[in-house]
Amino acid sequence: MSAPREAILARIRSIERAPQPAVARAYRRAGGLDPRSRLDRLAERLADYRADVESVDAAEVGATVEAVCERHAARKLAVPPGFPDEWRPAAVELVLDQGLTTRELDAVDGALTGCTLAIAETGTLVLAGGTLDGRRALTLVPDLHICVVQSSQVVELVPEGIAALEQLVVRSRRPLTFISGPSATSDIELSRVEGVHGPRRLAVLIIDEEKQP
Amino acid sequence: MTRTLESFPAAARHELKNTQLRTNLRLATDTIREKRARVVSEVPDWEELRDAGRAIKADVLAHLDDYLLTFERNVLEAGGQVHWARDAAEANTVVAEIARAHGASELVKVKSLTTDEIGLNDALAALGIHALETDFAELILQLDGDWSSHILVPAIHRNRNEIRDLFARTIAPGITSNEPRDLAEAARRYLRERFLEAELGVSGANFGVAETGTVCVVESEGNGRMCTTLPPVLVTVLGIEKIVPTFRDLEVFLQLLPRSSTGERMNPYTSLWTGVTDEDGPREFHVVLLDNGRTNVLRDEIGRQALHCIRCSACLNVCPVYARTGGHAYGSVYPGPIGAILTPQLVGVENAASLPFASSLCGACYEVCPVKIDIPTVLLHLRAEAVRSSAKRRERVMMKAAAWLLGNARLFALGLRAASVGQRPFLRRGVIKRLPPPLAGWTGTRDLKPVARQTFRRWWKARQG
Repeated sequence: MSAPREAILARIRSIERAPQPAVARAYRRAGGLDPRSRLDRLAERLADYRADVESVDAAEVGATVEAVCERHAARKLAVPPGFPDEWRPAAVELVLDQGLTTRELDAVDGALTGCTLAIAETGTLVLAGGTLDGRRALTLVPDLHICVVQSSQVVELVPEGIAALEQLVVRSRRPLTFISGPSATSDIELSRVEGVHGPRRLAVLIIDEEKQP
Repeated sequence: MTRTLESFPAAARHELKNTQLRTNLRLATDTIREKRARVVSEVPDWEELRDAGRAIKADVLAHLDDYLLTFERNVLEAGGQVHWARDAAEANTVVAEIARAHGASELVKVKSLTTDEIGLNDALAALGIHALETDFAELILQLDGDWSSHILVPAIHRNRNEIRDLFARTIAPGITSNEPRDLAEAARRYLRERFLEAELGVSGANFGVAETGTVCVVESEGNGRMCTTLPPVLVTVLGIEKIVPTFRDLEVFLQLLPRSSTGERMNPYTSLWTGVTDEDGPREFHVVLLDNGRTNVLRDEIGRQALHCIRCSACLNVCPVYARTGGHAYGSVYPGPIGAILTPQLVGVENAASLPFASSLCGACYEVCPVKIDIPTVLLHLRAEAVRSSAKRRERVMMKAAAWLLGNARLFALGLRAASVGQRPFLRRGVIKRLPPPLAGWTGTRDLKPVARQTFRRWWKARQG
């Protein structure tokens, strides 16, 4: 055992510290919105951070992705290993990320992924390295991120999101990325600029599973 | 940080002459303060979250040794490596040795107060290793050899033309636009190649979760994600007070921090990772657990709550003193009200004795603090410490004499009578304009009301009689 380690622990242990009362968690732990309002809030909060948000039914994903790509002049998208065929856009080239190098990721126009969870109150998407989420570099290096959210993945509050993720991290130790809008900075005279190093454009497709095509 | 800092009044006098700093800072603090107030007001359980935040941090300090060991065990189990550092020099050596072992002469860095505190960049530079700051504002400051004036927006004292000229001289020859968008694009282009090529990334962290060994970094630009994801080797320097016991505790701090800091419901990117993951991110991960004076802070029962701080900077934005002097006057990487209580405890009150006095004690900092650090109480406590440890013998003797005089009713009455006679030569139209030394400092900036001709006690007695 290293000397610094023993010294720091000994210093801490030499200090008298009274035991503290149990942490009272009187804050909200469950939301009160109905499913429809929850989706609306997610869409509203994401848009507030200048993400493009579209509500679609499951059959419209491919066509909507195509429209998004057209808007951003994106012709080539990288997708995660578990990419489902029914999301496939026509007229857009897809590259499956099975160990693409960062250079290769830098050369595609965007990434198209799912997510693990979304938190409505804060307009947050959570990616947890699942087969639909992809690894972290996939949604970081390309300049456009198109993310598909299913309505069953949407929770209302941060504590509800953390509770769902708790099992995932404790058990699988998978890395997590919380995304709330595109990359941004306000470093020059507080003037907000969307997009510095992460994707400068974020498009979110929310599949309303209740909605009938 | 063991040097004696320049006294706050002296540094502030110099900074107050910088009108650009004052104007920009005023705009920044006003704007962020309003944004914060807006997003905090939409959270109905804000006070309950603050209470929980404070309680969790108090629990962390009560069991810090246990939580650190649990954290260490879990990082190791997840394939990470853990180092301990008593001070800045030890921490810098750990990072330098990792860089050397991988033959890295350059590393990319996430904005981190902790690594600024230990002077990591200079220590590495002395060994020929270049630590490249990748946060936009930090990059600007690094290119110009300048330093931070605000925790959250470190380059707020610079304007767009200065930054354009700086970029034209350094990373973007020929740039003519001063638009923030174009300047950000220039930084993006310059840094992208370095991110893709970097061998080594270095970060601080906002939280380390004991229960899981998870490390959490919150940010806005994506440079944090780049530095913690792309390089094959990652080193995180974590102050020992940044531990939280459980993963669930993040549900409190991930609500408190962004709203208090940038005034956003959530910051654009939050990264959490646990050790190393196959085919996703770095192959090698090191954590450096840093003391560097934190156990000194822990030793002080009243002052230790400064270790609750989650570095949001809300207290800076409401502080009337900070808004005028800016961060440089505090002579430390931790400015503003939190700096005024944290720095003296980290480096020793005798080395920063003026900082606890850099406050009007208005209490606004306590009110906005997301983890309810009672900054005014700690300031008063440290003021007493500063006097006790003061090298000025005369001040100590005077304070002792004052305590003796004020502690005895008869002496006090006698003193008042003496003062009401003794003040006569100094009275000018009913006020005292100038006192002789050693009391001259008091009247240097304000008039003093004279001692009343009749004391309250005598008046009361007369009234009763």
